[in-house]
This record gives sequence, C-alpha cells and structure tokens, in this order.
Amino acid sequence: MFSQCTDPSTLEGLNWFACYLTTGKHVLFYQSFLVVLTLLAVTAPIALGVGFLGAIAARSKIAPLRWFGTLYTSMVRGVPDIVFFLFVPLALDQGFETIRHKILCPDWSDPIRQGNDFLVCAEAKLPLGSAPQTVHEIYGFLLAVLAFAIVFGAFSANVISGAMRAVPRAQLETAESYGMTPRQSFWRILVPQMWIYALPGLSNLWMILIKSTPLLFLLGVEDIVYWARELGAAKTSHFTYPHPDWRLWYFLALLVFYLSFTKLSEIVLARITARLSKGQATMAGEQQRKAA
Amino acid sequence: MSCLQTISDYALRSIGQGPRLLPKTDITLCEQVTLIGSGMLWNIYFGVLALALGFGFATLLAVMKNASSPWLRKPADWFIFIFRGSPLFIQFFLAYELFVQLPKAGIDIFGITLETGNLTRAWAGALIVLFFNTSAYTAEIFYGALRSVPKGDIEAADAYGLIGWLRFKRITWPTMLRLAWPAYTNEAIFLFHATAIVFFSGFPAWQQKGDALYYASYFAEKTFNPFVPYPIVAGYFVLLILIVILLFGAVNKRLNRHLPQEKRQKLRFRPQIIR
Repeated sequence: MFSQCTDPSTLEGLNWFACYLTTGKHVLFYQSFLVVLTLLAVTAPIALGVGFLGAIAARSKIAPLRWFGTLYTSMVRGVPDIVFFLFVPLALDQGFETIRHKILCPDWSDPIRQGNDFLVCAEAKLPLGSAPQTVHEIYGFLLAVLAFAIVFGAFSANVISGAMRAVPRAQLETAESYGMTPRQSFWRILVPQMWIYALPGLSNLWMILIKSTPLLFLLGVEDIVYWARELGAAKTSHFTYPHPDWRLWYFLALLVFYLSFTKLSEIVLARITARLSKGQATMAGEQQRKAA
Repeated sequence: MSCLQTISDYALRSIGQGPRLLPKTDITLCEQVTLIGSGMLWNIYFGVLALALGFGFATLLAVMKNASSPWLRKPADWFIFIFRGSPLFIQFFLAYELFVQLPKAGIDIFGITLETGNLTRAWAGALIVLFFNTSAYTAEIFYGALRSVPKGDIEAADAYGLIGWLRFKRITWPTMLRLAWPAYTNEAIFLFHATAIVFFSGFPAWQQKGDALYYASYFAEKTFNPFVPYPIVAGYFVLLILIVILLFGAVNKRLNRHLPQEKRQKLRFRPQIIR
C-alpha cells in the first residue's frame, strides 16, 4: 500500500507495523468485519419476520398450524442453538440438491444415498462444480443466513407471542365493542401495542445475535474468527512478515470489537425503549408522563 | 456385533475407556446412540461443575457489585461486563491461546508451583472459561434480585437486632435466591447448551475424547447424513434439560414453601440469557 513497503525486510518499528497491518490479507481481514455486519443486517429483519409468522401460527385457530407454531417456538428451549447451526445448513444443502436431482435428472436410477455417500447427478450440484469460487462463498453465506434466520426466528417467535399475550385484554375487548372484526383488532390494536412489550426480549435477542456471529466460522464462512486464526498463527522467516504466534492479540482485538459493539447496542436500545414507552400504558410510560 | 457389545465397548469411550478407534464404516444406529450418549458425560461434567463453582463466585460478585465502595464495585462491574458483553466462543479461543503461551513447567508464586500443563486441555481450561462465564451471568441475575429484596424484610431484620453477616445469611441471601431462582434456572439451561461448543472452539478433543456434539458432527461427516446424529444429540439434550428443570423446580418449591400459594413464583422459560 505504501511505497516504503516494497522491501519489508528493511523496515523497523512503527513502519513495519504500518506495512504489516495493510497487507492484502489484512485488508481481507478488515473486510470480514463487513461480512459479520452484513450477516447481522440481513438476518435481523428476516428473523423478525419469521418470528412474527411463527407467533401468528402459534395462536392460530387451525390446530395443525398451531401445533407447528408451538413446536417451532419451543424447539429452541431444549436443544443448543449450535446443534441447529451445524444441522440446518447441511440438511438444507442436501434438501436443495435432492429436489434439483429429482427435477433435472429424472432418468437417474441409482439411489441418492449409497451407504455413506450422498450422490446426485453433476447438474444437480449446488453450486455447480464449474462455478467460480465467489459463487461457492456466497452460497455458503446464504445457507448461514438461513440457519441464523431459522434459529433466531424461533427465539423471536417466542418473544413476540409472549408480547401479544401481554397486551391488556381490555384493549382488545374495547376494540370488539367498537365492532372491529378479529382481523381489524389484530392489526389496529394488538400489533401496534405489542412492540413495547416485545422490546426488552427483542433487545436481548439482538445482543444474543451479535454474540453468536462467531459461529459463522463453524459454517465454513471466512469470517473474523477465520482470519484471526489465519493471520495470528506463527509465521516463519519464509514469510514476508515473520512473527511469533500472535493469535492471542488478534482474539483480544475481536474481544474489544464485540465488547464495544454490544455496549453501543445497549445505549441505542435504551434510547429506543425510552422513545417507544412514550404514551404507553406501562410503568415506564407512566413515569415519563409524570416527569413531564 | 450386537448392540449390547457396542454399548459395553463405547459407553465410556469419551473418557478414554474402550477401543482406540472410532467406528469408520458401516456405522449402525446403535453405535451413534452409544457414542453420542457417551459424549454427554462431558456436557454433564462441564455443566455441573461450572454451575456448582459459579454459584459461590456469583454470589460474591453480586454482593461486590452492590457495594458502595468503588474498589469493590468497579472490578465486579468490569468482570461482568467483559464476560457478558463478548461471545463465549471468542472467550474460549482467547483463553486457549492464553493458556498455550504459559510456560509449560508451571509458574512459581511464593514457592508454590502452579500447574499450567492441564490448562490447555479442555477438562481444565474450558471448565475455567465456563466457570467465569456463568459466574458473570449469574452475578447479574443475583445482583438484580439483591436490588429487589423488599425493604420491609431488611427493616424487620434490623428490628430483631440482626445485623451484618447474620442478617445476610438469614434474610438477604435466602430472599435473593428465591427472587433470582426462575432466572437462574434459565441460566443453568443455557449453560448446559453452552457446553456443546467447547470442542468447536480451540480446545482440541485429545484422542477423540469429545462431547456429544463432537461425536455427532463426526458421524455426520462420516455418513454424510445429518438427519440421524443431530436429532440424537437433540434428544439427549431435551432429556438433560428436563432433568435440570425438574431439579431446579424442586429447589424453587423449597425456596417458596413459606409463602402463600398465590405469591409463589412459577418457573417460566425466557430466552434472555443465552450467550
């Protein structure tokens, strides 16, 4: 990057660090922070949407839908989330490939599972064997997003269905007495009021979501943990920038990143809570009214 | 090979008893259930010990955080902030790299040699991380409960002449526990969940002695079929969590036994404190 970096062996002290921290691999490391932020930005709204649907399903009048919703919202209680992170991408990948195999290669007669092998025809592979590396990476990232959306959808469905139950019954009875249909009272009374009850839970979920992003590493995505291990490992004198094992310092940097990120989120979420409490029939809203 | 034979071979494989090699070809359902169940021993070991050790330390931290002196309050604040604000996954990695850097021979402090060799092994190193982590989360719960101990209880204790340590032991602490118990149950559940990531986060599974999820992912890799081993792990964990809820429910009942029926707190699941 800098002109003096052309011959690293002559560098010393601060100059060495300036050059070391701007190598191509370090730029990839900095970009991987963007991968984490992208994952958060993409997953959070999807998980919220999935959670909303799950909560509606859990209070549906149709029994099978209700059973499904209840099962979905309660599955995260008993089973560690990491099991889902390992299971969902693999299962989805095989599911997609099986469907494509059925459609694209109808005259393939061998079974897909042969002993310990999972065989689909070459055209059904996802992504195709001939696809460039970036397509593979994007596909892996998408599978990770889906896994996160399913797990965090279940968490948020849990929070949202709790919030829907917390809206005072009297509010809905008033809506009914005004002649609103169930659909109208749901969209006009229940949904606008439930957010303040959902917010503490959703804030927590946001924190949990931030703190589970390192699990991307387990899904094979080249995230910050991957690069911290890669760059921190001891480099012998064959490398341009030899150094001993520095993984401790790289992980310390990640720790600081996460601590500041969660702290920042905490401050922002506290502000949103204060803003949303305005005019609500809750204790916080009442306090604000009295103070004003 | 019959299933009973498999069980007697592999039931204790996770702690080093039994055949050295794991099954590689023609993996049966019985082998999967046995080995994954064997791995659960580690999850139980980590969970139970970290909870037991963390309970005492968390009480201490909560009292420190509640103290008026900044010399006591600030360290507790920072400890809780660091362990609650960062991912457990990163804490594992960081701790492992730290333990690797320690001198192999041990550290001399005032003539006593501290063993460091075992710290890079999961059984000691990961246990320490889990212990600190659960202490921080539990301390925050206990602190919240400590703040909501009814003023009247303390005043009544004062009126009876109970002060200092005696008041804490007889009045404040039992009430704090009672108030904190539902949230603490959740913490226990998620601590057991957290034990599943130990062998995926830096700490190597020495001689393939790993926990339930380690064996499950081994089988998923070997058979290329995730639909068998992962549901088995899930089943084991649901069973474990049911036992945890049963035990903690019994304690909750005992803590609330002096209260009238309608004032007793029910245990309710809230996913508030996952890492």
